[in-house]
Amino acid sequence: MNEPLLGGLAQSRADRAEPILRPGNTNCGGCGMSIGLNLLSRAIGERRVQMVIPACCGIVTAGPFPYGAYGAPVVASTFASAAAVATGLAHVARLNGEPTRVVCWAGDGGTYDIGMATLSAAAERDEDILYICYDNEIYGNTGGQRSSATPFGAATSTTPAGKTVEKKDVLAIMAAHRVPYAASLSLAHPEDGLRKLRAALDARGFRFVHLLAPCPTGWKSEPADGIELVRLAVRSGLYPVCEIFAGERLEVNVEPDFSRAALRRYFELQGRFGKVALDLDHVAAGIERNWRRLRALESVAAPAG
Amino acid sequence: MPNQLISANHAAAAAAALAARANRFGRGFGGGIYPITPQTECIERLCGEEIEKGHLTRVESEHSAMAVCIGAALGGARTFTASSSNGLAYMAENVFAAGFFRLPIVMMAVNRTLGPPWNIWVDHGDTLALRDAGWVQLYCEDNQEVHDSILAAYRLAEDPRILLPVMVCQDAFVLSHTMMPTEIAEQAAVDRFLPPLELPHRLTEKPRVVGGLDFPHENEVHRRQQQEAMARVPEVYREVQDAFEAEFGRRPADAVVPYRMEDAEIVVVSMGTTGSTARTAVDAARQRGVRAGALRVRLFRPLPEAALRRALAGRRHVAVLDRDLSPGLGGILWGEIRGCAAPGAVVQNYVIGLGGGDIRPEQIERILDQAAQLERAAEPQFVEVG
Repeated sequence: MNEPLLGGLAQSRADRAEPILRPGNTNCGGCGMSIGLNLLSRAIGERRVQMVIPACCGIVTAGPFPYGAYGAPVVASTFASAAAVATGLAHVARLNGEPTRVVCWAGDGGTYDIGMATLSAAAERDEDILYICYDNEIYGNTGGQRSSATPFGAATSTTPAGKTVEKKDVLAIMAAHRVPYAASLSLAHPEDGLRKLRAALDARGFRFVHLLAPCPTGWKSEPADGIELVRLAVRSGLYPVCEIFAGERLEVNVEPDFSRAALRRYFELQGRFGKVALDLDHVAAGIERNWRRLRALESVAAPAG
Repeated sequence: MPNQLISANHAAAAAAALAARANRFGRGFGGGIYPITPQTECIERLCGEEIEKGHLTRVESEHSAMAVCIGAALGGARTFTASSSNGLAYMAENVFAAGFFRLPIVMMAVNRTLGPPWNIWVDHGDTLALRDAGWVQLYCEDNQEVHDSILAAYRLAEDPRILLPVMVCQDAFVLSHTMMPTEIAEQAAVDRFLPPLELPHRLTEKPRVVGGLDFPHENEVHRRQQQEAMARVPEVYREVQDAFEAEFGRRPADAVVPYRMEDAEIVVVSMGTTGSTARTAVDAARQRGVRAGALRVRLFRPLPEAALRRALAGRRHVAVLDRDLSPGLGGILWGEIRGCAAPGAVVQNYVIGLGGGDIRPEQIERILDQAAQLERAAEPQFVEVG
């Protein structure tokens, strides 16, 4: 297979005959999840996939029967069941000697909250599936309620005064399962994201990819600002972009500069953070604590001395 | 392996393993399993079976057990799981999903009291609570029936005219842990009886969304198709009985099993092992000159209404024994039998043997005597058996 142009970011003959996210879908303008699907489409290329999508914006994307906005076979699973339905599909593919890659595409509600037990169990069993969580930090298709992925301070329809507790660190949770591959992906760094999605598609065993997905409706941000928001989150260190192999070896893929200006701008561009006066020193201290932990994991792989 | 002395849990597992292997020339076998008393011995035995081209996933919950079955079935595999009581309640969302996906999953359900308070003995309320999930439900009376029903269930479920999941229900401990001589089918015969599954709507490489959004005009059609498939079950089940008899030399019981009904004036209706006790009570009552008969409802979904109407035509007194309770109604079986009895018949409900209380022939005899005297039906009667 010829390497697609620009590392696969430009459409080429080697790309899928049809995109994973077909034209005509009714997703919101500026939807980060949709950008993620386009990146996934490029990554899949000619690979054979089956997708499992639980209740989330991703399944609303599919549109009403008999139409389907997905250029792949998709099972719409119950909310908590994506990883278990994928388990069943993956085993049947293996029993029949088929190269099919089974991909879960789930939101943060279906991952951090209701699907966590199922996800954790599939990771523990090291099922041969790729689980991608697009994290828009709210229950999106129900109109923007808080989830355990909602960050501290963000106003949602169920935390109108702003959330008072921190979000879960889902990547750390998945890495603690010592899965072969766990990574976070930045939509503002598509070359890196594409490389990781391809690696995750081709690896065996349980793979987890976390993707910060701006949601203009929920974040009260401009649709055009989505990529910029992710870039600011990465620059400021708020959203570490890294890969964790077997739960022990960590590689940072994009080095942040820990810019306080970027952090401030990240919050300023989003209406959801307007309800409480965020203490940037407090946020920065949290970022620093998190990076000390990441650096420690990173150093495991570094040569002694 | 004919005639083994085994429990109904093991009889079910043996049948599931035979059916699983029979699909080795198809797309294989899959399923998720999770323990719960008193079903656990079934999945334990299954885990000890060699299944060529099969994989059982040891999941973290009943909800995921059914989800793995859904995934494997959508991949085209034959599937099996087993559960009971609160496990079924926890699984419920995906039980409905399996029904609505029209997947020929077979589940062995051991009927156990729902808690709290906790009680591990027989009560039919757990599976009856799932009666609207789009599953065929068969209730069994002995271990042989459990074994045979599992095999028959696959043939029925996978018939292209049906494509519905099937729940094979059996009474906690009375069957699940009771050893009975059971004739276990031979693999070669099962291979002939259960040809490889070909699921017409299995997921392939073709882009398609299974289970996406449905507007009302589509949903109405999809739900009606479930009803139409259910309506075909009694006829296809008779074909399955014929095919089973031709292959294995014994005939699975009918949808409704009559006993001494010829001239019966008082009829006792029940499900599961209560049916055996009812027969003993009918014999005793007959010896005293009471014209008693019994009906055992084996197929609860679809409700074999035509067969029930025929059997109850002209019967003045009907006593329905429910080993379940729908608080605010009474017995669930009674609620349904009322609509099938002859016009003007007195259909009296007896809620009996809740929490696994021992139902004795003498109690059913007293019920027969009492029900035969009724001018009109009273409220559901609670029979405390202790």
